[in-house]
Amino acid sequence: MADTGWIGAALAAARPRAVGALMRHFRDIDRAEDAFQEACVRALRAWPDNGPPADPTAWLIFVGRNVAIDDLRRTSRLGPLAEDHDVAVQPDMEGYLDDRDYRDDVLRLLFVCCHPDLSVTDQLALALKIVAGLSVQEIARAFLVAPKAMEQRITRAKRRVGAAGLPFETPSTAERTQRLAAVTKMIYLMFNEGYASAGGDAHIRVALCDEAIRLLRLLLGLFPGQSEVMGLLALCLFQHSRHRARLDRNGALVSLEDQDRSLWDGVAIREGSVLIEKALRKASPGPYQIQAAIAGVHCAAASAADTDWREIDRLYAALQEFDPSPVVTLNRAVAVSKADGPAPALAMIEPLSQALDGYFYFHGARAALLEEIGRLDEARSAYETALTLCSNAVETALVEKRLAGLSKKIAVPVG
Amino acid sequence: MLYSILIYGTEGLVEKLSPEEREALFGKHRHLQATMREQGKLGPVVQLMPTTTAVTIRGGGKAPLVTDGPYTETKEALLGVYIIECGSLDEAIEAAKLLPLDVGTLEIRPVNWFGGEHLHAGA
Repeated sequence: MADTGWIGAALAAARPRAVGALMRHFRDIDRAEDAFQEACVRALRAWPDNGPPADPTAWLIFVGRNVAIDDLRRTSRLGPLAEDHDVAVQPDMEGYLDDRDYRDDVLRLLFVCCHPDLSVTDQLALALKIVAGLSVQEIARAFLVAPKAMEQRITRAKRRVGAAGLPFETPSTAERTQRLAAVTKMIYLMFNEGYASAGGDAHIRVALCDEAIRLLRLLLGLFPGQSEVMGLLALCLFQHSRHRARLDRNGALVSLEDQDRSLWDGVAIREGSVLIEKALRKASPGPYQIQAAIAGVHCAAASAADTDWREIDRLYAALQEFDPSPVVTLNRAVAVSKADGPAPALAMIEPLSQALDGYFYFHGARAALLEEIGRLDEARSAYETALTLCSNAVETALVEKRLAGLSKKIAVPVG
Repeated sequence: MLYSILIYGTEGLVEKLSPEEREALFGKHRHLQATMREQGKLGPVVQLMPTTTAVTIRGGGKAPLVTDGPYTETKEALLGVYIIECGSLDEAIEAAKLLPLDVGTLEIRPVNWFGGEHLHAGA
């Protein structure tokens, strides 16, 4: 029935706020999830006939709370309340709850998921389960593990978080800022987990990117002035806008240069651009905003040749100020090679050879620069080092192709 | 008489629908557009970007105050809408500031999709 589908979507949209409020009320993740689940069951019974309530989120919190209290009374033998009283009552929530009330609830819900005792995968799985409301099957698919194993992981993670104690006092401004930073980073990792995947299963993991974007929209809706959240949302939108162009028909990764740009999602790119403009107005730059600006320059180019590499070089220089890491320098060198040629780029990355010795992309990029300059034997040796550091078949195929091209050059010298 | 139809709803809900359900929903939009277009009675149609892209402008004493996020005061009514073309968000904000700010608040929301026709109001 089409109506039920619509209700399902409404329940999914209400979930983070409702579960967040219920967790504050019961101080227990499982109880909050169960209460929400039960409220959803009742919504599916009541809403098709009565239509959706004026404030579905408030309805779900109200009903979920009553059901759980009922349940508590039953188990403590105090006897149940009147049968089905909760469905009959339409709570008058007008002017009662707005986003200010949900802000800390949703933030807390996300924050307990990124508990430092948990591995990153466990953090992401927990957030997808509790906040996004994905099923264990869906999460297991996204992480390419068996549902049973994922279920155990999530149960263990919940127990650990519960044992560590949930942070229920209203956070101070400093704590709120710290929570926001932790949560934002967790969502960034969620996006990357989906984005970095390549090959045959990549389409499954697009779900991780979609959910990360949804969570960022939720977070930014609750904290509308946070320029780094704007930046990260813009970054994810720009990167995700290319997802249909990133894989060819055989599931192999297509480089940015070779992508069919007509497959890029213009709607996502426009939204990302607006968010970057909004963030810039706040004059409070940060690493996510700068990375988004870099991705935005790529998205704005009609063809690879039209890319404004000088602007990208300038933005990487700004990013180095925030994050002076060898990987950022390596990325900047790529922009420099496009703008000024391979020699200055190579000079820029040679000092990184120790720091990035075990890094596939370093040897790949160095090899490409050496090849461009014409130092072909050194290029071959660098490609061969890169080949030993590939982490998946797509990377291996890419390097092998370059090596094959190089062999031809060496065998048949031009000129 | 010209009429506007304003659509309210929960954000992020349409994305959670199945492709078939979404298709049915957009199908109803296309049906209305086709019906009105055939009769020469279709004006502009816009789909707005998410509220996370919005800014709000309030008359703030000497200088108008621009804040991030949509206008959320539900007790006030929507009185009018402009669709303008600007090269940047800053330009749109400057344009909006030309409007009277002492009797109302303005929200600027980028347009995701623009369609429909140019309509000459009869009267």
